[in-house]
Amino acid sequence: MAKLLMKGNEAIAEAAIRGGCRYFFGYPITPQNELPEYMSVRLGEVGGVFLQAESEIGAINMVYGAAASGARAMTSSSSPGIALKQEGISYICAAQLPCVIVNISRGGPGLGGIQPAQSDYFQATRGGGNGDYRLIVYAPANLQEAVDITLEAFDISEKYRVPVFIAGDGMIGQMMEPVEIPEGFVSQSAEKDWTTTGTKGQRAPNIINTLYLDPLKLEEHNIKLDNVYKLIEANETRYEADSLEDCDVVCAAYGMTSRIARSSIKIAASSGVKVGMLRPVSLWPFPYGAFDKINPKAKGILCAEMSMGQMLDDVKIGSKGRWPIHFYGRSGGMVPTPDEIAEQLIKIAEGKSV
Amino acid sequence: MSIIYERTNGLTKTSTHYCPGCTHGLVHKLVGECLVELGVLGEAIGVAPVGCGVMAYNYFNCDMQQSAHGRAPAVATGIKRVLPDKVVFTYQGDGDLASIGTNEIIHAAHRGEKITTIFVNNAIYGMTGGQMAPTTLIGQRTTTSKSGRTVEHSGSPIRVSEMLATLDGARFIERVAVNNPVNVRRAKRAIKRAFETQLAGEGFAMVEVLSSCPTNWGMEPLDALKWLKENMIPYYPLGNLRNWGV
Amino acid sequence: MAAARGTVYFEEDYCKGCSLCTDVCTAKIITLDMERVTSKGYHPAIIIDESKCNACANCAVMCPDSAIRVERFDK
Repeated sequence: MAKLLMKGNEAIAEAAIRGGCRYFFGYPITPQNELPEYMSVRLGEVGGVFLQAESEIGAINMVYGAAASGARAMTSSSSPGIALKQEGISYICAAQLPCVIVNISRGGPGLGGIQPAQSDYFQATRGGGNGDYRLIVYAPANLQEAVDITLEAFDISEKYRVPVFIAGDGMIGQMMEPVEIPEGFVSQSAEKDWTTTGTKGQRAPNIINTLYLDPLKLEEHNIKLDNVYKLIEANETRYEADSLEDCDVVCAAYGMTSRIARSSIKIAASSGVKVGMLRPVSLWPFPYGAFDKINPKAKGILCAEMSMGQMLDDVKIGSKGRWPIHFYGRSGGMVPTPDEIAEQLIKIAEGKSV
Repeated sequence: MSIIYERTNGLTKTSTHYCPGCTHGLVHKLVGECLVELGVLGEAIGVAPVGCGVMAYNYFNCDMQQSAHGRAPAVATGIKRVLPDKVVFTYQGDGDLASIGTNEIIHAAHRGEKITTIFVNNAIYGMTGGQMAPTTLIGQRTTTSKSGRTVEHSGSPIRVSEMLATLDGARFIERVAVNNPVNVRRAKRAIKRAFETQLAGEGFAMVEVLSSCPTNWGMEPLDALKWLKENMIPYYPLGNLRNWGV
Repeated sequence: MAAARGTVYFEEDYCKGCSLCTDVCTAKIITLDMERVTSKGYHPAIIIDESKCNACANCAVMCPDSAIRVERFDK
């Protein structure tokens, strides 16, 4: 299979289509625009529908209607646009509708900027919408991984009836890399007997609903959802780990920051500091268990992010107080350099405060 | 002996939660009757709003989705784009459609989305306890306009049908009332035509139904219908505003 | 042509005693039964003189709770 040089936004779009996506509802926002633009051309070619909605709110609610009608539907946006979708995402989770949501994130808060950032970690993993719900959140670190995750995103979403949320940053969306997108991906479509497709007078009406006025019934519903989330935690936690068992220091980073950190680790190695890498691929479920592999005598863990410290909370939870936790972040669209992160790692190894 | 009127199969057997004399149930009935008479009940997918109509999903005898407040036209758009051969309708009140959901309804109409919207205008928020709506009349007392709505403070009531009728994608727009048997029969004809608009693939169709809210208006059901006639109809004139093929 | 004749049945499980039917009855033969309450606690609508029913169906058309069935006697 030939490798294609593709822009991240377009690679994700093509992978989604090959993974079964046939309906896309979106709204323009930088830096994800190439994704809907690509969909507007390609979905027509494969018998699907692209529709530019009146707003992000409109788009996510169109996904709700389409997913509840049995379709593989998707939307994408960037940070402030994802904020607008949170209401719909909460409803989609409540109604247990499978779908795929992509955030090519940018700096915030507010309108923020248009440069890449990772400051939507809380938004994705803590729920920006109301209620007891979770999303399956994957954070690819390169375009091939973005393609691979997107390809199977609908299958995973349908398996659990929980949305798959792809957390890419502006760099993932805008950069170009060679990727392979397999032609013959075979979807494992889950059977859907709950969709609204018309009764034809042959069955009782199917109802897609998120209202439970009886608190006992709502609690039962939340317990049912929570049981699914526990299953996802058991089955779908993904991470990459290097040299955790025998390192001096651990660097915890995800997405593009993890790629920068890999260069930092090489720089630290040239100074004689052995750095282990813990890279969560699934931000939820978070790989808390991976921390048990870390050398008990390691000097500390550096959490590096393009934010003021958000995954940091999960690193603290995962470490359970066993190692000192340090943080290095750049924010607002600023990207850390390999040297900046390496300097922190070396200081931690030398027992200096950072 | 022949049966000349009975409960339609377009409704489930569930008794509604609506207050005595609330005309929501009456509008439900007309929608159910139209779906049955057009032979499309088994092809219908309805979208319930947030507001008093939220539990419409328990009352219409067809597949139903319940949507977020004001978002029903977007949800219906998603359904219709996936299932273009099905009959998709939204059932929305005036808080849902004329306040929080103005963006969604305007753009569903602007795109000429082939859906049918039943807009129940009773000039007040019912479910939340009688607050002022964009359709609340000048001078009308609500729990958030206790001395009566004023133009200075809240502007003049919004006439949604007239506004949507300016859009080319809106192929059928009519305002009706359900205050007496003659008007109820007219309302049913309009609702049927609104579904026929969708079946013909023409575009967006909406029927605005002037309706009563005896509880939050603080009136007996019969007095509420009298108030509707004397106060709402003069401000919200009945009649067709857009009708394809005519 | 003789006036049509008919009768009206109220499904009391649905009736909420709102009285919309009483006002539109062209024969003025529907009232609320103030002596009884339904299982839901409402005074149900009743017909007081069936012989005068002309099967106009106005009551059923106005009923918000689809509680009324109207039958017409064939000649």
